[in-house]
Amino acid sequence: MNNSIFVYCEIEDGQVVEVSLELLTKGRKLANEIDRKLEAVVIGHNLAGIEKQIFPYGVDVIHIADNSRLYPYLTLPHAEIIAKLFEQEQPEVALFGATSVGRDLAPRVASKLKCGLTADCTSLVFGDHTENKTGKEYKNLLYQIRPAFGGNIIATIINPDTRPQMATVREGVMKKEVFNSTHKGEIKYINVDTILNDNHMAVEIIERHIEKQKVNIKNSQIIISGGYGVGSKENFDLLYELADMLGGEVGASRAAVDAGFVDHARQVGQTGVTVRPKLYIACGISGAVQHTAGMNESAKIISINNDPKAPINQIADYVITGNVEDVIPKMIKFYKKNTK
Amino acid sequence: MSFKIVVLAKQVPDTRNVGKDAMKADGTVNRAALPAIFNPEDLHALEQALRIKDRIDDAEIIILTMGPPRAAEIIREAMYRGADSGFLITDRKFAGSDTLATSYAISLAVKKLQPHLVIAGRQAIDGDTAQVGPQVAEKLNIPQVTYCEEVLEIKEDELIVKRRLERGVEVVKAKTPLLITVHSSAPTCRPRHAKLIMKFKHARTVSELVEETKDYTEMMTNKPYLRIEEWSVADLDANVESLGLSGSPTKVKKIENVVLIHKDSINLTVNDKDMDYLMKELIDSHVIG
Repeated sequence: MNNSIFVYCEIEDGQVVEVSLELLTKGRKLANEIDRKLEAVVIGHNLAGIEKQIFPYGVDVIHIADNSRLYPYLTLPHAEIIAKLFEQEQPEVALFGATSVGRDLAPRVASKLKCGLTADCTSLVFGDHTENKTGKEYKNLLYQIRPAFGGNIIATIINPDTRPQMATVREGVMKKEVFNSTHKGEIKYINVDTILNDNHMAVEIIERHIEKQKVNIKNSQIIISGGYGVGSKENFDLLYELADMLGGEVGASRAAVDAGFVDHARQVGQTGVTVRPKLYIACGISGAVQHTAGMNESAKIISINNDPKAPINQIADYVITGNVEDVIPKMIKFYKKNTK
Repeated sequence: MSFKIVVLAKQVPDTRNVGKDAMKADGTVNRAALPAIFNPEDLHALEQALRIKDRIDDAEIIILTMGPPRAAEIIREAMYRGADSGFLITDRKFAGSDTLATSYAISLAVKKLQPHLVIAGRQAIDGDTAQVGPQVAEKLNIPQVTYCEEVLEIKEDELIVKRRLERGVEVVKAKTPLLITVHSSAPTCRPRHAKLIMKFKHARTVSELVEETKDYTEMMTNKPYLRIEEWSVADLDANVESLGLSGSPTKVKKIENVVLIHKDSINLTVNDKDMDYLMKELIDSHVIG
């Protein structure tokens, strides 16, 4: 038993999804820190050659379950295979992407194994812990750090006594980095037929329209984000206009998404996308931590708000006190003037 | 066709709009000052149940929640919108439960009710974990379908459901008993109905009746539907070790209130001079342009 670090690799159209590669990068670092192996789990169909996408991230062992019943993703067979594998391999840590697959799968697995799970972590580090009541000491527990309570507090969660220590992480939170492009490890195949029975197939996919993400604000160097303070869907047009002119994308806070002003794909923050653009313009965003957690590493931040005391102003390089519908047209006007 | 639905709901502090009243002098949130509300996605879940009831004559909707005695408020709220009855899981021994311990307690209550379908909101706004739904399904050993947007077809032994995923939609067929979680893109809940408010405004739990100055004895005897059942650890025959802090594998090591780190910012107003300056700065420093 080597109590490795495990990462569940999610597959879409034969590709390992971005967040899984980010987690492999993080997993490699965690494994090095406590001198363990990094192991990947891939479950799907027609997976020949999939290891080529995975080994470069420094993976020591890949567990592959390849079967026609395993793609597209279904909860029960995937959860069953992972639970069986974890019972056998006893991982120290298990990481899942906080995607619609990972957030469906990880809780089911954690419940089966009666172990702890922390959703949407923004940071994962090892640290020690002494239990107050018993004085029992723990070395190298995984500190699972996440915003909670609408992002108004940051909680550090630990699982002292259960294994694996499970966590989900959203796309973009961890950095993706190839460890060694020629790295090779070991492949182990999981015998699917001995694990699955008809009961695991209680849900059947009839139809599936998966679209490649139309908007991908994560890769944009300039983001114009709007909050509830923008006021309406129509007022967001101003943001699109500015974004078009500057070659950027429009983002939004959760409040603006909840209010129906913009699509969820544009949401920046803890329950949206994490971004690090060179310019972030926050329009009518008050700055709940739920939001700032997803953008505070932007190189330059401009806040446009009619409340001079809006919390987001604290992290802004430029604070413009005024209404969004007055400020943006002026920005457009003076951008045009100065670029002529 | 009889069809029994249990809707899982949670009373949560409204973390979405933390106004100035809810901030303490040190800039941290005063949680006690936040209003307690019906978790938004649980209302979407209730609407899905009501839509099933619109289509099936003999459907029954039971609202199930876990929390302190005051959480009975959301059971009444659900009744005003069309739920038939409600159960409140409440006991001090549940305090400190993480999602695993919570799911265990809820699953015991659902087992007593034996529904065809369990419907829950995808996640609650105080924790945003989206874990309790799938974990209740696992504890009940029934399938789960998460992120539902619409129930397309219902049979006693089978449902066809449309799911909203981050990159598209999926239509699935699933056997009952089944647990589904409902996404915020599903229709919002219908409003309260005046007749139902009249019918259920005196619905009370036993704990609430103790607090009442008015005598409810006769009303409760004549109108048994006004009783909101409370279930304790003993009523659920729960293993105490699996509840509360001892049943929770995750521990909170530390809570930090978020205080934003102050940057030296340049303050501008909406006049032409300031705006001209700003755009020049951004262009000159190659941030834009």
